[in-house]
Amino acid sequence: MTETASKPAQTEVWITGIGLATSLGEGLDANWAALQEKRINVDEKGFAPYIVHPLMPVTFDSQIPKKGDQRQMEAWQRIGTYAAGLALDSAGIKGNKDILSKIDMVVAAGGGERDLNVDTGVLTAEAKGANAPGFLNERLMSDLRPTLFLAQLSNLLAGNIAIVHGIGGTSRTFMGEEVAGADAARIALSRIASGESDIALIGGSHNGERKDLMVLYEFGDFNLKDKFAPVWARKDHAGFALGSAGAFLVLESKAHAEARGAKPFAKLSSVVADLARRKTPGDMAATLEKLWAKLPKRDGKGAIISGATGAEPATSEERGFLKGHAEFPVRSTGTMFGHTMETQFPLGIALAALSISRGALFPPNDSTGTEIEMQGAPTQIVVVGAGHWRGEGMALVEAVS
Amino acid sequence: MTAPRDKLGRPVVVVTGMGIMTSLGNGKTDNWAKLVAGESGIRTITRFPVDGLKTTMAGTVDFVSVDPFSSTGLSERMAELVTQEALDQAGIGAKADFPGPLFLAVAPVEVEWPQRRELGRAVGKPDFNYDDLLRISGGGKYSAYHHRFMFGSVAAYLAETFGTKGSPISLSTACASGATSIQLGVEAIRRGETDAALCVATDGTVNPEALVRFSLLSALSTQNDPPQAASRPFSKNRDGFVMAEGAGALVLESYEAATARGAKILGVIAGCGELTDSFHRTRSSPDGKPIIGCMNKTLADAGMTPDQIDHINAHGTATPENDKMEYNTTSAVFGDLVSKIPVTSNKSMVGHTISAAGAVEAIFSLLTLEHQRIPPTINYDNPDPTILFDVVGNKARDARVTAVMSNSFGFGGQNASLILTREPA
Repeated sequence: MTETASKPAQTEVWITGIGLATSLGEGLDANWAALQEKRINVDEKGFAPYIVHPLMPVTFDSQIPKKGDQRQMEAWQRIGTYAAGLALDSAGIKGNKDILSKIDMVVAAGGGERDLNVDTGVLTAEAKGANAPGFLNERLMSDLRPTLFLAQLSNLLAGNIAIVHGIGGTSRTFMGEEVAGADAARIALSRIASGESDIALIGGSHNGERKDLMVLYEFGDFNLKDKFAPVWARKDHAGFALGSAGAFLVLESKAHAEARGAKPFAKLSSVVADLARRKTPGDMAATLEKLWAKLPKRDGKGAIISGATGAEPATSEERGFLKGHAEFPVRSTGTMFGHTMETQFPLGIALAALSISRGALFPPNDSTGTEIEMQGAPTQIVVVGAGHWRGEGMALVEAVS
Repeated sequence: MTAPRDKLGRPVVVVTGMGIMTSLGNGKTDNWAKLVAGESGIRTITRFPVDGLKTTMAGTVDFVSVDPFSSTGLSERMAELVTQEALDQAGIGAKADFPGPLFLAVAPVEVEWPQRRELGRAVGKPDFNYDDLLRISGGGKYSAYHHRFMFGSVAAYLAETFGTKGSPISLSTACASGATSIQLGVEAIRRGETDAALCVATDGTVNPEALVRFSLLSALSTQNDPPQAASRPFSKNRDGFVMAEGAGALVLESYEAATARGAKILGVIAGCGELTDSFHRTRSSPDGKPIIGCMNKTLADAGMTPDQIDHINAHGTATPENDKMEYNTTSAVFGDLVSKIPVTSNKSMVGHTISAAGAVEAIFSLLTLEHQRIPPTINYDNPDPTILFDVVGNKARDARVTAVMSNSFGFGGQNASLILTREPA
C-alpha cells in the first residue's frame, strides 16, 4: 500500500501556433499592427444604443473551402473554424494527417445564433391572438431550418473544426462563459504536462453581432450603451460591448515540438481557475489574489493582460486587485477587442505569446492611468480572466529560455 | 492487498457514491427494481401541448417540481438530487464541503420559450420586432433570467451548494457528455491533482423546441402508441430514439484514499477512451474506424483484452443507423466474441437521456456488476437479423459479470467508452 510511483517530471508546454480572426483583422500581423496603432473597431450605430466590435470581414473560403460546410454553420462556428485553421497553419501542421489524427481539442463554446425571424414571427402571431395549443409546435416544425440545430449546438464548433480541418484525435467542449476559456487551457495544459497528451488545439469563438445574446445580457443590464469608452473608464457608465472573435492556440510538449522542428511563440507555464462566491464586496479580488499566489514565481520582466469586461462590480474589483500589483504594466483586451466571452481568455493567452515573441508589449490605450507604458521586452505575462458574473482564471505565459 | 495503482502505474479510480434519476423514478433502489422488471418510463408528454408534433412521447421526469419551470431549472434540480444521493452513499467530506472538483455534463443552455413569450407579452403591442424585445429586457425586471440562462449557472449552483473545489467545469460532448464528465474526473485523479472528484450529468430538456429540433433531423421514433413500445433497440422495426430526462452523479476517489477512510467501494473505472469522428456532423464514418478506435483505446487504457469484457452496455439508441453501426464496430473489435457477450440497451426503458446518458448508463452498469444481473432490452420482439448481438431481450438475465464496457456516441463525431469493473480482489 505504500507504493509511491514517482510522478513523471512535468513536461514544458509550448505555444507553437496562434490563430486570430477579430474585429481588428485576421492573422497575427494585422492584429499586431492595429494594436500598435491603438486602432479600435467599434460599431455604435448598427445595434444602437448598444455597441459592438464587429468582425473584420474575412474570406472564409481560404480556411473553409467547401461552401456546403460554410452553409452548415452559423457565424460563430465559421469564425471559430476559420481561426482554428489559422492556428494550424501557424503551427505548420495544416494537412499533416499524422499529427492531426492525434490532436486533443478542448474548445470553449457558448451556443449558436437563433433565427430571429422565426422567434419574432411566433411572438407577434401570439400577440395578435394565435393561441391554439399546438401553435408553437406547428410554427417551429414548419419554420425552423432542419440543420439550424447543428449550427446552435455548443459541441458542433469542435465538430465543424474536426470536419473541415480533418482532426481525428479527441474533442471536448467546455461551456460556462468566460472561465470556460481558462478551463480549456487549464485541462489541455495539465494533460500535456502530465504526458497524457502531446499536442492540443484550444480556443473559442464568439459572434458579438447578435441581438439574441444582447437580450440575454440586457436581462442583467450588462450591455454597454450609447458611447464607447475604454474598459477602465466605464465606472459610471458600466457594461461590455460584445465583440466578434475567434482565437485558437496550438499547445505542444517541448519534446513533440522539437522533434518536428517547430518554433515556440512562448511557453504556457501555468493556468489556474476558481469560482469566487461573489456574495460580498472583495470576494472576487480575494480569489484573484489566491490565484496570483498559485502561479509560479515571477522574477522576470512582467506584465498583465486583463480580460476585464467593463461590467460592474467585477471590473472595479479587478482594478483593485491590479492596483496591488502596480509594478506590472496592464493591457485590456476588452478595450481593444470588445467582450468576446468564452474567447476572451484564449485571446489573452494569444496576445501574451505574441507580445513575448515580438519582444514588446503592445501600447496602452487608457485615460485612467490603469495602463502604463512598458519599456523593453516582457518575459512573463500573466493573463487574467474574471467573468462578468462568475468564474476567475489566470495563466502565466513565459519566454522560452 | 491490491496495489493502489493500475498496470500503467496510475492511481486506481474507484466509485464510492452514486445517485440516479430517470423517468422510472428517483434513486438507485427504485430505478434498479423497475429496470430489471422491464418497466418503461416512456409516456405521452403532458408537460406541454403535443398538437402538431410527429413525436408525442418521451421519458420525462414529471415528479420533480421546479418553479418557475425551465429546462435548465429542471436539469439543475435533478443534478442536485442525484448529487445528494451520491454524497449520502459515499459519506465523504462534510456538508457543503466536497474535497474535490466538479465535472458537470449539462445540455447547452439558452433562453426558453416561456421566458421569450413573457417578453413578447410585455412589449404590449401586436406588431413588434426584435429591437422592441431588446429594449424592454433591461432595467432589472428580468435579472433572474440572466443568471438562469448562463451556461455556467448549473455548475455554479452545484459548486456552491456542495462546496466542490476550484473552477467547476461545464461540458458538452453531445450524447457522450456523461461519459466525458467521468473521464475528466478519472484523469484528474490519475494525474494526482485530487483524491476525489464529483462527476454529474443532467438533462431536463424535453421541451417543444428540443423535440422539434430532433424531429426535423428525423432522429426520433414516431411510434407514439403505445409510448412504452417506442424505443426498440436492435429490433428490425426500430425507427429512432426517444428523448428522455434524467441525471446521474458519481463520487470518484483514488483507491488509496477510499480504502484509507474505509469507504465501501462500488466499482472501478478501469478505462476511458474517446476518439473524434471527422466524417460528418450527425453520421459516423461508414468504415466505423473512429468508434472501433475508441473501443480499442478504452481497452488499452484499462490494460484489458476483448475476452475480459463480459457485458456491453450499448449506446443502443434505436436509430436505424446507430444500432447497425454499433454492431459492426463492436464486431470489428470483439471478433467472434461479439455473439457471445450479452448486450443490453437501457434506452429501451428510460429513453435517451442525451447529456446524462453516459453517466446514467455507467451507474446502471455498476449496479449490474453489484447485482450480477443484466437488465433487459425491452420491446425486443422482432430482432434485426443483421445484428447478431446476444441481446438480453425482454427479461433480465443473471450472469457472471466482472467487466462492463459502456459506450456513448454523439452528434459532432463524439465517441466515448468506459470500462467498469468490480472492486479489485
